Amino acid sequence: MPFKTEEMLLNVGPQHPSTHGVLHLEVTTDGELVTNAEPTIGYLHRCFEKYAETLTYQQIIPYTDRLDYLSSMNNNFGFVVAVEKLMGISVCERAERIRVIMAELNRIASHLMFIGSFSNDLGAMTPFLWCFRDREEILKIFEEVSGARLLYNYYRIGGLAADLTPGIEDRIHSFLNQFEAHMLELDDLFTRNAIVIARLKGVGMIPRETAIAYGLSGPMLRASGVDWDCRRDEPYSIYPSLRFEVPVGGEKLGALGDCYARYLVRRAEIDQSVSLVRQCLTDIPPGDVKEQVKRNVRPPVGEVYVRTENPRGEIGFYLRSDGSTKPSRVKVRAPSFCNMSVFNRISKDILVADMIAILGSVDIVLGEIDR
Amino acid sequence: MYLHFGAVLVFLLFSVAFVAIIYGISALFRPANPSAEKLTTYECGEIPFGGSWIQFNLRYYLIALVFLIFEVEVVFLYPWAVVLRTIGAFAFWEMIVFLAILLVGFAYVWRKGDLSWFTPSGSGHTDATFSGK
Amino acid sequence: MQGMYETLLAALGAERVVPFSVGFAALVVVFALFAAIMGAVVALIMVLAERKISADIQERIGPNRVGPMGFFQTVADAVKLLTKENVLPRKADSILHYCAPTLVFTGGLLPVAAIAWSNGIVVADLNIGVLYVVGTASLGVIGRLMAGWASNNKWSLLGGMRAAGQMISYEIPNSIAILSVIVLAGTLNLQELSEAQKGGIHQWFVFRSPFAFVACLICLVSSLAEVNRTPFDLPEAESELVSGYHTEYSGIRWAIFMMSEYIGMVVVNAVAVALFFGGWNGGLPGEPLLGGWIWYLLKIAALMYCQVWVRFVLPRLRIDQLMSLCWKNLVPLGFLALLGASVQALLGPTGQHVMMVAAWLTFGGFVTLLFAAVLKTRHVPAQDGIPR
Repeated sequence: MPFKTEEMLLNVGPQHPSTHGVLHLEVTTDGELVTNAEPTIGYLHRCFEKYAETLTYQQIIPYTDRLDYLSSMNNNFGFVVAVEKLMGISVCERAERIRVIMAELNRIASHLMFIGSFSNDLGAMTPFLWCFRDREEILKIFEEVSGARLLYNYYRIGGLAADLTPGIEDRIHSFLNQFEAHMLELDDLFTRNAIVIARLKGVGMIPRETAIAYGLSGPMLRASGVDWDCRRDEPYSIYPSLRFEVPVGGEKLGALGDCYARYLVRRAEIDQSVSLVRQCLTDIPPGDVKEQVKRNVRPPVGEVYVRTENPRGEIGFYLRSDGSTKPSRVKVRAPSFCNMSVFNRISKDILVADMIAILGSVDIVLGEIDR
Repeated sequence: MYLHFGAVLVFLLFSVAFVAIIYGISALFRPANPSAEKLTTYECGEIPFGGSWIQFNLRYYLIALVFLIFEVEVVFLYPWAVVLRTIGAFAFWEMIVFLAILLVGFAYVWRKGDLSWFTPSGSGHTDATFSGK
Repeated sequence: MQGMYETLLAALGAERVVPFSVGFAALVVVFALFAAIMGAVVALIMVLAERKISADIQERIGPNRVGPMGFFQTVADAVKLLTKENVLPRKADSILHYCAPTLVFTGGLLPVAAIAWSNGIVVADLNIGVLYVVGTASLGVIGRLMAGWASNNKWSLLGGMRAAGQMISYEIPNSIAILSVIVLAGTLNLQELSEAQKGGIHQWFVFRSPFAFVACLICLVSSLAEVNRTPFDLPEAESELVSGYHTEYSGIRWAIFMMSEYIGMVVVNAVAVALFFGGWNGGLPGEPLLGGWIWYLLKIAALMYCQVWVRFVLPRLRIDQLMSLCWKNLVPLGFLALLGASVQALLGPTGQHVMMVAAWLTFGGFVTLLFAAVLKTRHVPAQDGIPR
């Protein structure tokens, strides 16, 4: 017997424990069942792209920090690679090594943040604090190297802001050793937890075709079984000389296309990043990492689009130079923004709890979505 | 024994009074600065669409019915459980018959799939996911 | 035992001054006040203990500023909540909003009356004790539903509905599990249940019958659900429903909810101890050393520790999983346990001994399987960089 029931319109966010910032979802629910979830963005819009046109290239770097504020090193990296390609310059081996070390450490920190907030979304509190314990160590390393804990402004066009501090290599090594043990504990607590698997398996399925059609990237794309990683397939920096695997959803990983696959891909990427940092740390050649170019660079007239692999996916920088010290156009392809686009598609006819899990598995950073 | 039920009554009155007294004590100390904004309904910082006193789909209507039947049956079982050993096998078989009728109904409800909260079409999860498959 | 009130009043010399009924009511009020204050104290200690235990699990320090080792932290919190503004949303139903915490608190405190804390120490020595506890504890459902409805907030409403659906569902396996012990003991009186388990640890029901052991597991799981603790904290699921049914509650009204939750934890664990773990008996034959209530409280504390432990290890279930766990796993299993226990109740002394051995074998098997499962999956190293 069909009862006449009304749909409930529910605002999730901008002030909600699970929207990871100021995301606003207009959710239509039928009791516990979510029939539609429409994201509303823009609460954190800062006109980054327009503002960047008024800044010199070096001055833009600290603003890229604020895009995806959980992986500032990677944002810096993408931007300086783009400018260097525009200018046609290369950087010394030592600087490249340090860039990769910092980028990969930041990737670990970012994925730790993901695991922590994701577990919190599922109602488990302990993994959150365990992840933050290890993230804290990484932030201390960054603080020693760059002087900042969140927005590093460490990369420079043609080099780095500062060289490694003495003894930091040993510190990174000892951190990594301890960290690997901690990750095994985390697997016991969270990765193989029966409730976690029951909550995540088969939830928020994104088929391969949908993932490609929506322009997903990074772990979201790889979890759906697409073997694509900018570091390997469109190499930049010294990644071609490093050995690493690209975890892809499927038989080998044990999950494909669902929230659990997205979790597992990120979890496996942490191990790969540890290995990458170790490879870069061995026998770092000496050299001057300070930028070898003038502060006010004047790239030749032209345009460039460079994409690099951020923890959340491909971050793309499109720069157009008119030969002056300031770019005439800057465009950012933000991975979270593109990944978020699929959210509405996969959050139909699911439970409220699943919606939160899916939102957590997308791993958004509003600083980057709203720019 | 009735004396002890009297104790329950006193407890009941006491706990209602206790909360009222605590509220009263709190009222003596706490500030009261209501403002129009403060008294709006919380909906994550947005202005709520409509009220929440609407008819919406609970989805456990059938489970509530099954609960009622089971709860009544459990209430019948309590006195039975107390006297089972005094009466012996007869009481046991009698209750088996009683339970069997109930369990047939339970099996029917289960078979019809009404015990599942519901299986949403979108996310593709079923009860099988809980067994860790 | 029968004449606790008579004895006490006579000892106080009250019967010469006032009629018995007045003296009796006064004594019960004193007990109730004691129970309520103890409830508040237990809540304060439990909150602190929970924060300290969670800090230990999560490698934090936990509260350490107010008083020695942060001991007065929760006292400070209580004072804060007492002096905090009570915000009543304009659209809320003010009467129901007021009544809901009272009802939840009553549902928490009433069962305390029937709990036998020690040999002869019980406020209301009821012949239907267990039934009374189960019945009054479910008052909390109405209070939570009322809170959810009265707030006129969508989160509260969803939380209240979840609370109702969850708590009524889990009452069934809980009741059936309790019945499995009742058929063995043949009484509903909590005092007599403890009496029945006298004479050492082997007389505890959990070790006397494999069916009671299974029932004990069901009871512990469903009592977690009854008090809305992780992994069954869906009614107040923070990451989903903001705060569930008490989203619109603040200050002292919110504090009453919290206090009731902790009193509820004490009650469900007290019932589990009385039914399965020997009540106020120590583990040794003869009278309990140092008084039964110490043992009773220790056992309750041990179970509470487990509840806190579980809370900080497990994530939350989804609502359909919660329901199917209840109706498709616990209820059928509970009926099997009840059936087995009622067969056992009809057996002779030899049968009882066989069952006791079976219970220990079940217990041993359970523990072995548990450890085997833990050892099998513990620290499995990542292969090819991909965790298994």
